[in-house]
Amino acid sequence: MASTSHPVLAHQFESLEQQRASTSLGMWVFLVTEIMFFGGLFTVYIVYRPLYGEAFAAASHHLDIGLGGINTAVLILSSFTMAMAVRSAQLGRRGPLAVFLVLTMLLGLTFLGIKGVEYRHKFEEHLIPGSDFRFTGVDPRHAQLFFSLYFAMTGMHALHMIIGVGVLGWLLVLTRRGRISAEQYDVVECTGLYWHFVDIVWIFLFPLLYLIGRH
Amino acid sequence: MSVHVVPVKTYALILAILLSLTMITVRVAFMDLGVLNNIAALTIAVIKMVLVILYFMHLRHSSRLTWLVVAAGFVWLGILISLTMNDYVSRGWLGVPGK
Repeated sequence: MASTSHPVLAHQFESLEQQRASTSLGMWVFLVTEIMFFGGLFTVYIVYRPLYGEAFAAASHHLDIGLGGINTAVLILSSFTMAMAVRSAQLGRRGPLAVFLVLTMLLGLTFLGIKGVEYRHKFEEHLIPGSDFRFTGVDPRHAQLFFSLYFAMTGMHALHMIIGVGVLGWLLVLTRRGRISAEQYDVVECTGLYWHFVDIVWIFLFPLLYLIGRH
Repeated sequence: MSVHVVPVKTYALILAILLSLTMITVRVAFMDLGVLNNIAALTIAVIKMVLVILYFMHLRHSSRLTWLVVAAGFVWLGILISLTMNDYVSRGWLGVPGK
């Protein structure tokens, strides 16, 4: 029975390696439930897009491709800084870890800020589904359906981002208290997996919402 | 199973590829390729996803069990989408009441 006295090893595990493997596997299982959660929204999109392709394309033209593209780059960059944060944690370098956590948070907040600007534009242009929805073009009814999907999907995605930024703040506190080390960085690894997952959701949302019928 | 620390160079390379693919996908969206537009956009998105999963999410150096869990996730997503579309696509094929 090796290393039962190690301070960061929970009693049910044989070794730190086993503990680490179990923790990240548990996180992956959670992410699979998240794939199914967002999968439901993507399925709705896949059902309606072929039925109302023209309305979807016309509605998509009201999205700002510049802001959407910048946000995609911001999020990819944040995934890179998150990966660097995990790497710093693996090596037990707390200084760089704190820096990369802050950078990731700032990029996440930048994304949310730009998203907020986009939402405000949609509000001003009366493109929020509901009684005040105004759309001049073919098939406004199904353009409204597109915007319902747009707000449901990007809204759920933004909620995940907000939670992610909160978790990063908590990690920063743990780091400053010296609770993260090369032996115990599972929380950083799991947060990284979550953050990258949220990035992947956006990688699909961007072409499916912003880039349809542009030519 | 010891920790595999990925070199910074690898992460930077993945970042550069992901950003380039984003620019390519925007460019391609403005070309008229017919049905190929959708295929190109989704292919690029899938490539980006695979790169993020393999490198940023460390799947490349993870256990077989983790691979199995990830694969299972996508299989279930495939079931969700394919069985739903199976219904929506084929519902109008037969002129039976109650469809």
